[in-house]
Amino acid sequence: MNGTGRWQGTLILIVALIVLWQILYWIVGDIALRSPWQTLSFTVKLLQKPSFWPHLIETGKAFAAALFFAVALGLAIGMTLGLKRIAGDVFEPMLVALYSIPKVTLYPILLLTFGLGISAKIAFGALHGFIPVSLFTINAVRNVRPIFLKTGRVLRLNRFTMITRIVFPAAMPEIFSGLRIGFSLTMIGTVLGEMFASQKGLGYLLMNAIGLHNVDIIMAITFMLVVFAASMSGLLLAIDRRLHRRV
Amino acid sequence: MKRTGILRILVIAGLIGLLEVLCRVGVIDNFTMPPPSRIAYDLWRILITGKFNAAIAKTFSNAALAFVLAVTIGIAAGVIIHAMRPLREALDPFFATYYAIPVLAFYPLLIILFGLGDAPKIIIAFMLGVVAIIVNTLNGLDRVPRVLLKTARMARLNPIATAIKITLPSATPYLLTGIKFAVAYSLIGIIGSEFVMSTNGIGFEIAFAYNNFDNATMYPLILLVMIVSISINTGLGLWEKMLLSRRGLR
Amino acid sequence: MSNERHVHVSLRGVTKIFRGAGGTPPVHALGPIDLDLRRGEFFAVVGPSGCGKSTLLEVLAGLSEVTEGEVRFEGKPIHGEIMDGVGVVFQEDACFPWMNIYDNIAFGLRQTSITATEIEGRVKRALSMMGLTPFAQSYPAQLSGGMRQRVCIARTLVLQPRLILLDEPFGALDQQTRLLMGEELLRLWRETGATIFLITHALDEAAMLADRIGVMSARPGRLLEIVETGWARDRDSRIVETDEFGRITARLWQWLRGESMKSIDQSSTAA
Repeated sequence: MNGTGRWQGTLILIVALIVLWQILYWIVGDIALRSPWQTLSFTVKLLQKPSFWPHLIETGKAFAAALFFAVALGLAIGMTLGLKRIAGDVFEPMLVALYSIPKVTLYPILLLTFGLGISAKIAFGALHGFIPVSLFTINAVRNVRPIFLKTGRVLRLNRFTMITRIVFPAAMPEIFSGLRIGFSLTMIGTVLGEMFASQKGLGYLLMNAIGLHNVDIIMAITFMLVVFAASMSGLLLAIDRRLHRRV
Repeated sequence: MKRTGILRILVIAGLIGLLEVLCRVGVIDNFTMPPPSRIAYDLWRILITGKFNAAIAKTFSNAALAFVLAVTIGIAAGVIIHAMRPLREALDPFFATYYAIPVLAFYPLLIILFGLGDAPKIIIAFMLGVVAIIVNTLNGLDRVPRVLLKTARMARLNPIATAIKITLPSATPYLLTGIKFAVAYSLIGIIGSEFVMSTNGIGFEIAFAYNNFDNATMYPLILLVMIVSISINTGLGLWEKMLLSRRGLR
Repeated sequence: MSNERHVHVSLRGVTKIFRGAGGTPPVHALGPIDLDLRRGEFFAVVGPSGCGKSTLLEVLAGLSEVTEGEVRFEGKPIHGEIMDGVGVVFQEDACFPWMNIYDNIAFGLRQTSITATEIEGRVKRALSMMGLTPFAQSYPAQLSGGMRQRVCIARTLVLQPRLILLDEPFGALDQQTRLLMGEELLRLWRETGATIFLITHALDEAAMLADRIGVMSARPGRLLEIVETGWARDRDSRIVETDEFGRITARLWQWLRGESMKSIDQSSTAA
């Protein structure tokens, strides 16, 4: 599919989702839902409230820090395991297993270790994000075409130059796919952490609103999270496709 | 067994041993984490006394229901979407970004809509699993060799017979990949929502134990969840590998 | 010792045995081989598939160590390390897809202590020599297979190697492109004065390009015969019309026919 076709498809999809949402609102009514327009206007109102900003900033800070640790840890683990065949064979299935378990259950352990604050959220976000980054990096490094490494040897590169100038750029498109998924999972982890035990942040506001039966806030925050996640993911996906096209 | 398998077991045993020592010596205090041997013993006690049988049954029956819904609806939707080219093209960006969205963020909304019961949890687990099934069904259907479809036409099979006898069996290894994800996701969805807000289930019991500083319950239940999900996933992974290698795909 | 001056590379009793991995018996891939490459000659090697041609090249390049015997380049022994003055072109596309053509060609030079102005001069000369100047800013994915192989040759040339090893460099190209690339290779050989060691499975390619052609046996690869072509130094692809070309190709095939059959037997019993 070409670029304009993809844009048109996305646009049609967004319109269809909004229409579906509106129809759902007409069916369910005001008790449990808000219309797209009401949600949007309440979101704008929320963003103008000074009392809302500390929560947004808290989530943003936790997410940024978690993403930093997820990427740094993921790249370090991925590069190490990708370059060392045996270590990769031993640890990769363990990472896959960690990916598939319900990581929420590990959150209490992080809370007991880091205490009830931003650090536990950061650790939980990073725990979600580092796995795809490592797994994709391992594969990317292993799948670097042997001919590139041979060429590097013929050009008598040392190990450092070999990794920085050949292995890393050759593996970059695949690593980026891992970063894209890591970005999404880090965000999911951070918000999920806030939803369980927290006194601040968007996840906290979301859970708090259930008790208050405040449909406006629930709709607005869910809307914000979905729009941010989807648009960032779309942006990263576009870059991802660009990187893969070159090869 | 292969050398990597042995090494892996040694590494895991080493890590558990290290934790045991750190807990026994007091580097990790018992308030944070009891020693692994103690956790295993507590889990054994919990299982034989049957104290949490109701919670365990609740979680797994909900997860099974969500899984079955995700698989049946997902495969049916996959077959339909595959047959309708424009629908497929419109939905592609949706599938591409779907797993970037924090599905659990919809949980509060679902609680408002359906009340704090099983329904919101099952819907969350279903939402997590169904798209993995659809995407992998589409992937599998894309890879059905054209010559098989021609063969079906030569044998004058109708579309439904073609789907049941040719297309779906040919796509089975890919369907299994989707199923593997759906199992993991339905457990993640159920336990995740139980954990965040619920009145029953393993996730709820873990959260409850955490709030009451009851490590003797919390850690064994966490261990139980890990053991169950890792063994299901490993089993399905092995089956998938077998199917793929039998067809020379991996 | 006038012989020293003429001999560029010497192989004495070169043998390669691969250790069997995980209980499989060891494989005797190559040798023993004795061979002298003269300074500035164009030497080609033909042989049935799986006969160890590429292993021989890897040994010369220093990418692989010999099990027995000795390889000397300009009098110095090669022990599994890449020597200064040796360039290699592989069959596979070795262009880095993340760099444009200019950077691909300059890559090797930038790893040395050569000055930036010197690098620029050499890369520009190589670009024009290989007809790549218009594509300097293009990326490999935008070029055809033949063009990409030119980039790889240019990348080797800028390092000004005295010995150029080519492992089936035109193996992935169509027949017409191969003939023209062969002509270009002859031109580069004349202009640089380097010694060329070419591995190929195409008898006509060897017959057209080389001064001497080594014919290798089925595994373990040994040199059965060395055929002298006696071509003038400024030859081109038109020599394929001559009777002499036909005689050389026929002679190569006489040697190779039986070996190729053996090689097919080997590969089917192994499978």
